[in-house]
Amino acid sequence: MNFTASKQPESCLLGPESDSQRTLYPYVTGTSVVALKYKDGILMAADMGGSYGSTLRYKSVERMKPIGKHSLLGASGEISDFQEILKYLDELILYDNMWDDGNSLGPKEVHNYLTRVMYNRRNKFNPLWNSLVLGGVKKGEKYLGTVSMIGVNFEDNHVATGFGNHLARPILRQEWHENLSFEDGVKILEKCMRVLLYRDRSAVNKLQIAKITEEGVTISQPYSLKTYWEFSAFENPTQGAVGSW
Amino acid sequence: MDLDMNVNAPHSMGTTIIGVTYNGGVVLGADSRTSTGMYVANRASDKITQLTDNVYVCRSGSAADSQIVSDYVRYFLHQHTIQLGQPATVKVAANLIRLLSYNNKNMLQTGLIVGGWDKYEGGKIYGIPLGGTLVEQPFAIGGSGSSYLYGFFDQAWKEGMTKEEAEQLVVKAVSLAIARDGASGGVVRTVIINSDGVTRNFYPGDKLQLWHDELEPQNSLLDILNAPSPEPMNI
Repeated sequence: MNFTASKQPESCLLGPESDSQRTLYPYVTGTSVVALKYKDGILMAADMGGSYGSTLRYKSVERMKPIGKHSLLGASGEISDFQEILKYLDELILYDNMWDDGNSLGPKEVHNYLTRVMYNRRNKFNPLWNSLVLGGVKKGEKYLGTVSMIGVNFEDNHVATGFGNHLARPILRQEWHENLSFEDGVKILEKCMRVLLYRDRSAVNKLQIAKITEEGVTISQPYSLKTYWEFSAFENPTQGAVGSW
Repeated sequence: MDLDMNVNAPHSMGTTIIGVTYNGGVVLGADSRTSTGMYVANRASDKITQLTDNVYVCRSGSAADSQIVSDYVRYFLHQHTIQLGQPATVKVAANLIRLLSYNNKNMLQTGLIVGGWDKYEGGKIYGIPLGGTLVEQPFAIGGSGSSYLYGFFDQAWKEGMTKEEAEQLVVKAVSLAIARDGASGGVVRTVIINSDGVTRNFYPGDKLQLWHDELEPQNSLLDILNAPSPEPMNI
């Protein structure tokens, strides 16, 4: 006997719900990923937070992973779906290696694969609840693309997910230029991450910056950013006002 | 979903608010984050509001609701003080808050902690959660961040603390809540009220103690990468 009531109304077009599972809403989520192209390749930054609703539950989640020899994947959104995507990509890279033909999947191909996966899941109303950033270098060609949970995909010189779209992209538009040095790229990303730390409720003060070049992937050790609070306006925000606002 | 920032969501102070009595007065504490949806609209708000010279209130929940209630109570208390001819008591202030909260319970969404000092009863803390219940307590916690502090206070609260101990406890508690509650953050503000008067303190976010899984803040990754290598072991 089935005690659990199905949530479908009579006029539903969704088909039988009982057999398949769908991600209706996310549980453990990661926030923004920010990335840019620089002189030698791609730089990507993401904090290490896994939020459980409004609780900052996990503070050492790695949200950027190398894929094959030439790519780096960063993800925001549901962490379990990101882990599933990593499994899919493992399989993809494995089959690619098994050809043993000296050829290997480049970032453009991996991005295309991810786009197809995300879009097809969206069409079945069973999305992988992530926004992905895929960056890489192959044979000197730099590539940086993004895919969302509904399959929207594009490539650009700098991308961001989640809150990064609103807070980081304006900074990137102003400060990015062709042939950034590693130091300048890191400084721009840190500027973006600091703003996100101030203004995104789900941000956590522990981040990693990853670099991918022709040589390979390096993901930095986790570290925290200094924040600035000692403005006189902060100490006395409402001098002279009645009430404290 | 991506791009769903909802900047028109009502301003809510997710918040952590605390009020603690000690041997001689009270210490009120709060974080400084005000959010609209997931965006931090104000990272340095002041949630500890003055009602009279000797009574303050910590505000949580809807920013608009808590502000309007504070304004009304400040107005009533001002008239009351003139009519009485001496400072209002903490109990009267708390009851005025209660009346507004209770009689408008269907419309208001604000939890308040009233704290102050008067010559009759000394330092007192009153909690007035949603619905308008009035509860006199030796210490009170409120706001979304308080969920993370029940265990902490069960263990750390002691009767008869000194002023310094009480303030340290409040700062530590707000800092712990900020570490885990996304809706709390920024700086820790405290207000100490006793027979000598009122003292306001400010503890910036970067000066607070580090908790589990938190790291020492750095200026930049570049500083870490360029740091000199540690000395080899000297056996």
